[in-house]
Amino acid sequence: MQTLTTRSKVASNKKMTLVEKLYLPAIIGGMRITLNHFFKKKVTISYPEKTREFAPVFRGQHVLKRDENGAERCTACGLCAVACPAEAITMTAAERKPGEEALYREEKYASVYEINMLRCIFCGLCEEACPKEAIFLTDRMVDTDYVRKNFIYGKDKLVDPIDKPIDVSKRETTETKEFKTHPEFAHNKLYTKSLK
Amino acid sequence: MPKVTIDGIEIEVPEGTTILNAARMIGGKVVPPAMCYYSKLKTTGGYCRTCLVKVAAGSAKDPRPMPKLVVSCSTTVQDGMVVLSSTSPEVTEARRGVVEFLLINHPLDCPICDQAGECKLQDLGYEHGLAKTRYEFPRRTFEKEDIGDKIKLHMTRCILCYRCVKVGEQLTPKRVHGVMNRGDVAEISTFVKNNIDNEFSGNMIDVCPVGALTDKTFRFKSRVWYTKPMDAHRDCKKCCGKVALWMKGEEVLRVTARKDANNEAIEWICNECRFDKKQASDWVIEHPTHIDRHSVISANHYEKESQLKLGKFTDHKMIGKEDPNKYLPKKKTKKS
Repeated sequence: MQTLTTRSKVASNKKMTLVEKLYLPAIIGGMRITLNHFFKKKVTISYPEKTREFAPVFRGQHVLKRDENGAERCTACGLCAVACPAEAITMTAAERKPGEEALYREEKYASVYEINMLRCIFCGLCEEACPKEAIFLTDRMVDTDYVRKNFIYGKDKLVDPIDKPIDVSKRETTETKEFKTHPEFAHNKLYTKSLK
Repeated sequence: MPKVTIDGIEIEVPEGTTILNAARMIGGKVVPPAMCYYSKLKTTGGYCRTCLVKVAAGSAKDPRPMPKLVVSCSTTVQDGMVVLSSTSPEVTEARRGVVEFLLINHPLDCPICDQAGECKLQDLGYEHGLAKTRYEFPRRTFEKEDIGDKIKLHMTRCILCYRCVKVGEQLTPKRVHGVMNRGDVAEISTFVKNNIDNEFSGNMIDVCPVGALTDKTFRFKSRVWYTKPMDAHRDCKKCCGKVALWMKGEEVLRVTARKDANNEAIEWICNECRFDKKQASDWVIEHPTHIDRHSVISANHYEKESQLKLGKFTDHKMIGKEDPNKYLPKKKTKKS
């Protein structure tokens, strides 16, 4: 009969030799392997104290970036929500009042911006759709929790903290940087400049 | 009745019809885009020049081609005229140029603009692939202005099509706004900040091809494509009461006039219907409004087959053509 595996060994009842009967050589051999592992590099790390470096294409928790002056870039245009295949993003727009220019870059802003992290599949289409370079996926993990409602991230968790901005330079490809240097695409910039 | 051939399709139209209207009778791709012409308003057209067409043969009597491209909205057809609209590369090139001109001073603030998603200028720009601008100077900018308590004017977005001025002239007894100054510095404004408070003034929001005139009761409420348009009506003493409700769930966010296939209001509605009746209980909802499949608003929008038929073929009057509805599955009728 053909065996199912090539690695099977036929058990034999042959008598053990004297060295085998002593057991000690086998135990020492086993201990050697065990002790060797003490001095090898560990394959695990103690998360969350230490974190691994992610690949540059890693897509984790979102951030709503601020511009150079600390004003929110998001203008609640809704393109991220349209692009989102999981329908995880919802928002409510509001009009910027006089005196809030330092808070919001455009005359319209998102008063409510929510991402359901349980629905989100981290595909990055929102980032691609964003015309204002407001939303980015970062190398941060979404924290675990016990209740579903805590996974709906509002602006408190999504907007870039002013004191320590989150670095998204990895996500800005060389192509987008190059694109920005073209004068013929600078119409938006000119428009906002002329308003000031 | 003169016979005219547009893009190889022959149609018989009444005397005095313009090329644009003849093309609209055929419908589909043949129809030239129009930013300023509005069939429901008199003396519109001739300003924007997006409706340029090539006349390959003037008439049966004089078959010479017209030397330049002509504006289809104000050129009447003649018997035996041969017109090239979307099939002529020369026309496409000219329209591209016109759109570039329209966009010179138009801000690219579509992410903020309430008109985005139903804006004809956006469609045109997209169609002609005008992502870049060659214009290097600062654009014209204006402060936002409240004209009346319900309408907001964004003069920066205005393309000076004069449609709203014609609404003021023809729908309301006393026009209080118009185009000030000339040429490069022309702008829409009211006479000494005069308020617009006529009962039909709200229709200028509907006729505006861009987002220059916006409904203040809908301002920044929602993007157009998150709302579901519904045909609805109510008994109104001032107007026909037939409107399109733009709903989000049970909430009525916006009320507009019903639009036909050419994006023109079918019947005007009054300001009371437009601005004050924002409860679903104020209206008798008929069915979802017909939305073109290519439009962003058509996402998650479902219509019944019978309705598709309604929206698609009764908007154009098919003159001299066989009934297109005959190809649709026949409705079962009760034997009388």
